[in-house]
Amino acid sequence: MDNLSTPSRSTIYDSSKQRNSAIEELRSIFKYRDLIFQLIRRDLVTRYKRSVLGILWTMLNPLGTMLILSVVFSQLFNMRGTYPAFIITNLIAWNFFSQTTLASLNAMLWGSSLFQRIYLPRTSFVVSTIGTGLVNLLLALIPLVFIYLVTGAPLHATILFLPVSLFLLAAFSLGVSLILSTFVAFFPDVAEMYPIILTAWMYLTPIIYPEELLANIFNGWLLRLNPLFPVIKVFRTVIFDGKVPTLAEWGIAAGIALGALLIGWIFFTQKSKSFAYHV
Amino acid sequence: MSNLIPEPQNDTAIFLSGVSVRYRLPNEKVATLKEYMIRLIQGKVRYNSFMALNGVSLVIKKGETFGILGRNGAGKSTLLKVISRVLMPTQGRVWVNGMVSPLLELGAGFHPELTGMENIHLNATLLGHSRKEIRQKIPEILDFAEIGGFIEAPLRTYSSGMIARLGFSVATAWLPDILILDEVLSVGDAAFAQKCTERMRSFRESGATVLLVSHSVDTVRSLCQRALLLEHGNILETGPASEVSEKYHHMIFGK
Repeated sequence: MDNLSTPSRSTIYDSSKQRNSAIEELRSIFKYRDLIFQLIRRDLVTRYKRSVLGILWTMLNPLGTMLILSVVFSQLFNMRGTYPAFIITNLIAWNFFSQTTLASLNAMLWGSSLFQRIYLPRTSFVVSTIGTGLVNLLLALIPLVFIYLVTGAPLHATILFLPVSLFLLAAFSLGVSLILSTFVAFFPDVAEMYPIILTAWMYLTPIIYPEELLANIFNGWLLRLNPLFPVIKVFRTVIFDGKVPTLAEWGIAAGIALGALLIGWIFFTQKSKSFAYHV
Repeated sequence: MSNLIPEPQNDTAIFLSGVSVRYRLPNEKVATLKEYMIRLIQGKVRYNSFMALNGVSLVIKKGETFGILGRNGAGKSTLLKVISRVLMPTQGRVWVNGMVSPLLELGAGFHPELTGMENIHLNATLLGHSRKEIRQKIPEILDFAEIGGFIEAPLRTYSSGMIARLGFSVATAWLPDILILDEVLSVGDAAFAQKCTERMRSFRESGATVLLVSHSVDTVRSLCQRALLLEHGNILETGPASEVSEKYHHMIFGK
């Protein structure tokens, strides 16, 4: 079986037949799905296998942040009993967004040396960071349920809509990651600037405070101009508020998330041809 | 060009037609977004274009061992990158039939915290192989790399020789249709180098097309049937390896 036979797949590469790079990329990322799986595995293994607290860290991180914020802010925002549940829900969504977008930048910097040497679907590193983020998020749902039980915040059946909210959050994060990665491929200093933007973004999004706070200033424009807000809101609504978002809320969130993904995908695949030119 | 075939034929492995690659080098290296924005506003973003390949046309047949000669910066690496899909040509058409070996840098993409076994899986998927294909090849890879009991230990505990052996074993576990040999392979000790050379020979004998890039006139003359000579991104000559080697020799030593 292991004789040196010619590979069965006949692969003809013709540079003149590369019509639509966005669709071409979609096809090759499907072909390289085992690579995505291996990259996710690598990220998880290196994160969990050799750190003392292992998986616990992923769960302790939102718990710790929640605890500190609860002590500090619960008086201020006048939502005493439910504040811990509110904050941990928002934090998990925010952590997913901030960690995946940040990780995709670093994955791009790491991968750029590979792009100069072998052919790979250029989106593979970014797509895999979203996969890693999803696994981390699922683990973080354990402390979330724990907090709901401890503080007596009700868990609603609307949590069954979580996969939809999660899909939109992942799509939005992937779109933003692709746009950022394109920039970082040309300008490595974007990776230095982005954490600062993230900090500002977090404070401008109702994560640790209720949205009413922003609705009252600048006529609520801060909320309307923040593309992340509707996406995080449908995540919070199905878990914390125990409501099914209205059709308009779903529509806006879906429009933003899928729009970001589409723009990111096209922008990235158009520009990725010239990644290797930048030596 | 009279010897140019307009379309790739049945027995064609690599077909290049009028391939040019233009690098855009900023006048001064603008490496940061901040700087770029400032210069954009000032209207000072200018590029020097630099032709790394200039209308290269080339047909290599299946099973041929083909030499590529040229000085540093003549465009050899760019030519290989275009063939292995790393670079899109700015102009012209690149047509390649079959899997191209990625022998450019052994062990690129290895992770120090993963075990040897995990790295085999990661590296092989980076090279485009599926999980199933990898599982079948594992025994052969292990056998060739001679890592022994270390295979379940993190890569950071490996010697550089072991890493190179593992990288080589993964990269050559699958028979490529087109094998690229960039410079001389120097992997591990003499005994392992011998094994490498043998594997290369078996590739050639089994009908793989070989692209050999070398500075050494002797290597090209003794191994290749045909060769080309690059200079400033242009093909100076294509023909029998002995003639092209001769010309290269003259070009360097000026007689």
